[in-house]
Amino acid sequence: MNHDAIISFQGVSKHFGSVKAIENASFDIQRGEFFSLLGPSGCGKTTLLRMVAGFEIPNAGEIVIDGQPMSAIPPNHRPVNMVFQNYAIFPHLDVRNNIAFGMRKAGLTRAELDKRIDEALELIKLPGYGKRGADELSGGQRQRVALARALIKQPKVLLLDEPLGALDKKLREQMQIELRQLQQQIGITFLFVTHDQEEALTLSDRIAVMSEGEVMEIASPGQLYESPGSRFVADFIGSMNFFEGEITSLADSAVIVQTPVLGDVEVTGSDTAMAPGQKVWVAIRPEKMQPVFSDPGAGNNSVAGTMGPSAYLGDRSHFYVHLPQREEPVLVALQNLERSMSHLHKPNQPVWLQWTDDAVVALPRD
Amino acid sequence: MNTDRPWWRLDGFYIYAVLYLTFIYLPVLFLPLFSFNDSKYIAFPLKGFTLKWYEAMINNPPMLSALMNSLKIGLAVAILSTIFGLLAAKAVTRYRMPGRGPVVGFIMIPLVIPEIILGISLLILLNLADIPLSLWTVGFAHLLLCVPFSMLVLVSRMEGFDKSMEEAGLDLGETAWMTFWRVTFPIVLPGIIASLLLTFTISFDEFVLAFFLSSIDQTLPVYIWSSLRFPSKLPSTLALGAAIFMVSFIVVTFAEWIRRRGVRLDSTSGI
Repeated sequence: MNHDAIISFQGVSKHFGSVKAIENASFDIQRGEFFSLLGPSGCGKTTLLRMVAGFEIPNAGEIVIDGQPMSAIPPNHRPVNMVFQNYAIFPHLDVRNNIAFGMRKAGLTRAELDKRIDEALELIKLPGYGKRGADELSGGQRQRVALARALIKQPKVLLLDEPLGALDKKLREQMQIELRQLQQQIGITFLFVTHDQEEALTLSDRIAVMSEGEVMEIASPGQLYESPGSRFVADFIGSMNFFEGEITSLADSAVIVQTPVLGDVEVTGSDTAMAPGQKVWVAIRPEKMQPVFSDPGAGNNSVAGTMGPSAYLGDRSHFYVHLPQREEPVLVALQNLERSMSHLHKPNQPVWLQWTDDAVVALPRD
Repeated sequence: MNTDRPWWRLDGFYIYAVLYLTFIYLPVLFLPLFSFNDSKYIAFPLKGFTLKWYEAMINNPPMLSALMNSLKIGLAVAILSTIFGLLAAKAVTRYRMPGRGPVVGFIMIPLVIPEIILGISLLILLNLADIPLSLWTVGFAHLLLCVPFSMLVLVSRMEGFDKSMEEAGLDLGETAWMTFWRVTFPIVLPGIIASLLLTFTISFDEFVLAFFLSSIDQTLPVYIWSSLRFPSKLPSTLALGAAIFMVSFIVVTFAEWIRRRGVRLDSTSGI
């Protein structure tokens, strides 16, 4: 265990009856980090968060917060606070009393407490809202009050359970930015649960991608997107085109993968140990394949196909390109840099897809 | 108002509503009417206005003691059944426990057993156990009858608010007990008041169980029933009936107002 770790999961497992919710989770969260647990619903991310809060007890393993094992410590004595998915703003209390709720035993005088509440209201940009009832707040305002109510306790870690899920898209994007700024401003570690990969990429320093109770990979957003470690992660975060292949030879800093569809592909900078004969997936992101309409010639990282259906998405367009010897069309994304890109949206015309050496990732295939 | 609806349909419903309300309330209105009538006999034509039956009611010690008995039992039953109902509702809505279904079923059985059956079986049981009949046995039977009502009211109240409210209380540093007082109790309070009023009313006008299980000390409904045999006592019973009717009307209206207020609070606490 690392000394900078604020939370350390040590072989944590949890099952509900015969259902495994978390399987042997072992990883550290660093002090001051914005750390996200990302995964599809039912992957165990919320269970993991609730175990940190103390609402669920692990069946095995230990959660250590700031050097202190938590297994014998009830939720009300843990140095963490939570922002609940639906905010859980107390309906019988006004905003001030909601924020003051956890401060009963803080030993502050009335004046000190009032000052702290005013500061908290300032922090969440809701000064003057103190006397409002819970029913007089919008979704975004409730979310801020829930934040203030937790942060006034000065927790070592703030736990956030999909706090932006109930907001509409515009407000969500605005709250993402505010949340990130707030975290950098106060420097408290945030442990954030979400199923929205875009949200996780936007907010996090590091992301743990989870699936079926297991942590698949922990890395920075850039690393997860540009060099994912497994097909699951590559597929879950963003879109990805996968091509079956087999390693034929190793060059200095590259491997040559022979694929039936793309021919021989050179893959550089692969992290995983590769040996000739190994079966791999060759993976290329849709925006890293460039469509051209004249033959670029052999040996130029390209493949010929025919244009299939396309989708216009405003800022970009998606094209489905049919390649010989491949049933599933390849997805190509193109920024709509010019206003009239309609000449591209013509099905059945011949097209060549090009990519740079740097665009290709090789992932283990069993 | 929906103007597309043909006038005759609206009118049909209107007539139905008036008939319905008349049917329900007209007989009840005879109570106050005859309680002010200057005659021993409950019959038209009315003779003249008097308050003497109300005076007779106040100067009737057995009737007043029956009223006191009913108030005592009603109050005790309301408080106890609401406490039991609250505990049961908390258990049913908040904890995963084995045998939840059957337990709830058993608690709810008095709702569906005819009171006369319940009364007879309790009488047999008390005889077998050699327990003398008293106001205590009546109170016990009323408790049995009222707990399911309390529980129904409070379960719907507990289900109506989000479990994460209570978790938030814990998360913000309160113990389970203090979380109950600072979070659960204030949120459930409208349900608690509704349950108190409902169970009090049920106990207060319950006749069958009280008839089977009381001895010399009578509750008010039993007293009224017994005084029906003496025509001279009837008008003062009507006076009492009219007074109780007014009080229950106020109490039930108040309970419903509290309940609606609670529902409104709930609907605004959603996302």
